[in-house]
Amino acid sequence: MAKAEEYVKAERELFEETIVNNVEISPGVFLLSVKRRFDFLPGQVVKLAVDRVQPPRIYSICSGNHEQELRILFNIKEGGYLTPKLAALIPGDKVLVSQPYGGFAGSAKSAWWIATGTGIAPFYSMFQSGLADNKVLVHGASYLNQFYFEDELDWAMGKNYRRCCSREQSCDVFHGRVTDYLRTVENLPADVEYYLCGKALMVVEVRDLLISRGIPYENIIAEIYF
Amino acid sequence: MEKEALFGKTLEELQQVCVELGLPKFTANQLTDWLYKKPVSSIDEMTNLSKKARELLSEKYTFGLIDPTRVQESRDGTKKYLFPTIHGKYIETAMIPDKDRKTVCVSSQVGCKMGCLFCMTGKQGFQGQLTAGEIVNQIRSIPEWEEVSNIVYMGMGEPFDNLDEVLKSTQILTSEWGFAMSPRRITVSSIGIVPGLVRFLNESDCHLAISLHTPFHDERQKLMPVEIAYPLEEVLREIRNWDFGRQRRVSFEYIVFHGLNDTPAHVKEMARVLDGIKCRINLIRFHPIPDTPLKGTDEATLQEFKDALERKGITTTIRASRGQDIYAACGLLSTKTLMKN
Ligand SMILES: Cc1cc2nc3c(=O)[nH]c(=O)nc-3n(C[C@H](O)[C@H](O)[C@H](O)COP(=O)(O)OP(=O)(O)OC[C@H]3O[C@@H](n4cnc5c(N)ncnc54)[C@H](O)[C@@H]3O)c2cc1C
Ligand code: SF4
Repeated sequence: MAKAEEYVKAERELFEETIVNNVEISPGVFLLSVKRRFDFLPGQVVKLAVDRVQPPRIYSICSGNHEQELRILFNIKEGGYLTPKLAALIPGDKVLVSQPYGGFAGSAKSAWWIATGTGIAPFYSMFQSGLADNKVLVHGASYLNQFYFEDELDWAMGKNYRRCCSREQSCDVFHGRVTDYLRTVENLPADVEYYLCGKALMVVEVRDLLISRGIPYENIIAEIYF
Repeated sequence: MEKEALFGKTLEELQQVCVELGLPKFTANQLTDWLYKKPVSSIDEMTNLSKKARELLSEKYTFGLIDPTRVQESRDGTKKYLFPTIHGKYIETAMIPDKDRKTVCVSSQVGCKMGCLFCMTGKQGFQGQLTAGEIVNQIRSIPEWEEVSNIVYMGMGEPFDNLDEVLKSTQILTSEWGFAMSPRRITVSSIGIVPGLVRFLNESDCHLAISLHTPFHDERQKLMPVEIAYPLEEVLREIRNWDFGRQRRVSFEYIVFHGLNDTPAHVKEMARVLDGIKCRINLIRFHPIPDTPLKGTDEATLQEFKDALERKGITTTIRASRGQDIYAACGLLSTKTLMKN
């Protein structure tokens, strides 16, 4: 067998799971659930596949670590291999899931969680795992219907849950990008951890901004959805 | 309709073009000669093709070379070329002369998605993929193209995040019908995207360089977000399992930062994680980028670090810094300002 095929077959042992639910929570954005097989640290990722043709893709876990189900929040990538196939799955279908792994793990320490788009997933997992105390959550999106789980987060986190919308306006929502919002914050604490998650440009711009505001880079941990 | 470029197509793809245009299949071999071996730049100059064939080709295709729009020359002779891309963006390419060698450092993407803390390209985010033609063009369209001895994929972008086009470009560079270069003169450098790494090891004979920068997981995570998705441990597991044979080389790139990754603990851990891998380490001086919290190590510590690695039995070299004054050195390539204008 060729080495590449071997890799796809053997890599991080993929376990066949049955889809429990797959809901389109916003246009083109899905929350997919399977029964949870392993323990994980909130913030970790799994690899996901629907076949053994292409290597699996990586997804943040988007559910609490005490829940029965493991959930994934994903958006359909046009021209992508996996996400259109994931979107078509219905309860009872099979999906291949790896063991959870990765060092983007939340803790009970004070922190700022900063996300754009589906980058909210690891923070929602941390929130659902009881780690939301001492946290500020900043979520950026282009449109108002992209603030996934907002009712729950707003209710539980109150003023520590801050939404930034770049293309639409609403009361209680900052009009602009996450970086614009952070520029308006006068005292960004230097002694807390900053978790960043989302697309590359947001992550590098926010990281630069934080460093320019005196945050030690060692306090910044970034997960990029490349 | 925009005409498509012939430059950047493989022999097989050119055979397909010929079939579609009703031209004899052997015309494809004539095309590769003109495209990849001869100093011409238009379909009209392909004089062993019939006039009819040239007309047919010109209706749908262009030769496809793209000239650099700017060149800067360093005090040390290094040149940095600015190339426009097909989609109106820009990339940079460095040409580094050294005694009888001329090494070209090519870009594989416009910008990069990987966000390494120490890299200027990372700061501009990702603006698009390059085609194989645009990658090979960075060699063919510089004045020194016939003297190029080595190629390194260490410019803008992460090659394994654009692997189809990168593999196609190395195919064009190494095939008999292409530039007929030895794959031993080509090094592809990656931060270690594992599925891409496995494919590259299978499908190419070129050398591999992995950006390592620190052997410690937590530290690497802060420098290179990719560590979260594909930890170094997983990268090294794949490399350790691979038989590189006698000719093919794997090396590890290591930018040495003051007080961060230049300690005896790092030497010890490097020896541990690289145990069983026949390799070389390239130590690289850090070229500070604007607003960076990182500092380069001093020369004495750099030398001591090298000696300590060698004492552990790891072949280690210190890479000469080239083209720093024109921002052509390692980690300094960026077209962010041009993108914004
Ligand atoms: C650590 C990590 C965590 C992640 N977590 C999440 C998450 O929680 N939710 C989420 O939605 N996503 C997440 N992602 C992204 C995810 O892994 C996939 O990349 C994404 O879902 C797209 O997968 P796909 O197979 O549909 O697209 P792919 O087939 O991988 O394609 C992605 C894009 O690249 C283009 N493309 C594909 N092949 C090529 C090519 N050869 N040349 C040029 N362009 C090409 C496609 O058109 C598409 O736009 C994460 C990524 C990482 C690294
Ligand atoms: S070092 Fe390489 S992979 Fe990292 S951001 Fe720069 S270009 Fe991308």
